Amino acid sequence: MTAPTAPTNWTARLRGRAVSAFPPDELLPERQPVYVQSWIYVFGVLTLAALIVVLISGGILALKGPQWWHASSAGHYVNSLHLWSVELFMAFMVIHLWGKFFMAAWRGKRALTWITGALCFMGSIGTAFTGYLVQSNFDSQWISTQAKDGLNSVGIGAFFNVTDFGQMLMWHIVLLPLIVGVIVVIHILQVRRKGVVPPIDAEPVRVPEQVQ
Amino acid sequence: MMSALTTHRAETREVAATKWAGETREYDLVKEFVIALVVVALLTAGLAALFSSPDEKQINISRWARADANDFVATAAQELDGTSGTATYGAPYTHDPSAAQKIGPIAPQNWLGVTHPIDTVNDFVVRPLSGVPGDAALTSALSTWRAAGSEQQNKWASAYDDALTKAGGDPSKVTAGDFGPVPVMLQALLRMAQSGGLDGALLSQGNFFQTNYTKPLLFIADGAFLEDQARAQHLGGDQWGMMNETGNYPGQAWLWLYTFWYQVKPFSTSGNADALVWALMMLLTLLFILIPFIPGVRSIPRWIPVHRLIWRDYYRRQAA
Amino acid sequence: MGAASLLAGPNLNGTGSYIHWGVIQISVANLVVILIMIALFVAALVVPFPKGRGRR
Repeated sequence: MTAPTAPTNWTARLRGRAVSAFPPDELLPERQPVYVQSWIYVFGVLTLAALIVVLISGGILALKGPQWWHASSAGHYVNSLHLWSVELFMAFMVIHLWGKFFMAAWRGKRALTWITGALCFMGSIGTAFTGYLVQSNFDSQWISTQAKDGLNSVGIGAFFNVTDFGQMLMWHIVLLPLIVGVIVVIHILQVRRKGVVPPIDAEPVRVPEQVQ
Repeated sequence: MMSALTTHRAETREVAATKWAGETREYDLVKEFVIALVVVALLTAGLAALFSSPDEKQINISRWARADANDFVATAAQELDGTSGTATYGAPYTHDPSAAQKIGPIAPQNWLGVTHPIDTVNDFVVRPLSGVPGDAALTSALSTWRAAGSEQQNKWASAYDDALTKAGGDPSKVTAGDFGPVPVMLQALLRMAQSGGLDGALLSQGNFFQTNYTKPLLFIADGAFLEDQARAQHLGGDQWGMMNETGNYPGQAWLWLYTFWYQVKPFSTSGNADALVWALMMLLTLLFILIPFIPGVRSIPRWIPVHRLIWRDYYRRQAA
Repeated sequence: MGAASLLAGPNLNGTGSYIHWGVIQISVANLVVILIMIALFVAALVVPFPKGRGRR
């Protein structure tokens, strides 16, 4: 039996806080409340799965650089994978959003889950936008010269230059995926921590005295 | 004194806020995730194989100058006399605070100043031309241009721009006038553009490595050719273009509300449309993020009871 | 390389089809996507979900 660790040990304190916030059987439970019984619940995991396909297809595009897909049919196919996984990602995410809104899923101190979800949505739109900018074709030329007007009009264009291909590419493949990725992780951990929201007007459960 | 309904509401709110102590069921999260991943991967592979993805060819300056030489020359004339879209833009390209869009009294466009300075006269016309070797007429024209003061330069350029407009944009129909070296310069620029040399010169700006396409993009966007191609594909701002993709591909349906405002008054007829729409959308986005705290909006799920469908099994057993 | 499909799907390049309804202009492609999403949402609400084993 080890002696109790000193309260100043950062590792022990971090581990203690992590484990008490997310005990393993709550992080990956094999049971859910009985009301988790609807196909609407699969759209969160479908969104996550689509995000993974987006990241993998994007990673393959990164292997050969941003011009590969114009000259190679294999590259063009990978670009198509990236486009369609993004379309699926956005579609599943919006359906997930519709479901969560009509479930008022922010109830029971779950406002942060809603907020992080909304931020994921906004972040994804921004990431997709930078993706369209770095296609390096006519679409990119038009989108950049149009979008600059909106961004310039509120001063954002002064530091976020949509006609700067190099800058937009790095935002698209480094900064935004990292930021969105962190928010996605927080969002999912929030769901695990708070549990799936009970139905609206769910009756309090009468628990027998001897059960903890 | 709490009514029965308020007490009941308070109790059910408590249920949402505490750990679920009721019935549970087996639910395999990892299996669900793996199945979702396989389904999405197969769907993606299938859609990509069936429909591919659009890749409309880039428009470079050389293509523009060959497809519509008159539009190129007219645009170049406006860059030279400082009347083009870029030349009169204001921040972040040029020093003209009055050019900024406004939201009421404020003009955030000006707040960070000119961070990407563009001098259309020299960046788009004079400096690229200075690199052209072995053209005696051009060298002489450039000497004349440089020897003149900026006021004289602008007089020549404006006079030519006006005459070109009167000639319906056709340089061959321009009537005689005091244009100085401008016609020679613009014709040389056209030849340079058609040969592809201007693409390189505008992009590199004397450097070797370059990843910033601001100058060539702004020059192209000042002309009508790029916009004509875009409008033919329904990508114009007043065509809900922000939502659309080239061809018959699905576009960005999630931008529907953003582009909607541009289609209706007062935005559709306002010179401040961009700033107003952006400000409005930033506000609506904030409200969207804060829905849990907005009375009325957060009660919509109760008034439109989609949840009674989702949780119908639970409610049925609760009633029994 | 052109946008050639691997399978014999419809070629989505070329002139886009658009529907005009008052101030609304929407591409057939976007409309199809939105309609499929609504259909999926409704289906998710009404199609029965497998009952769980080991209820307790």
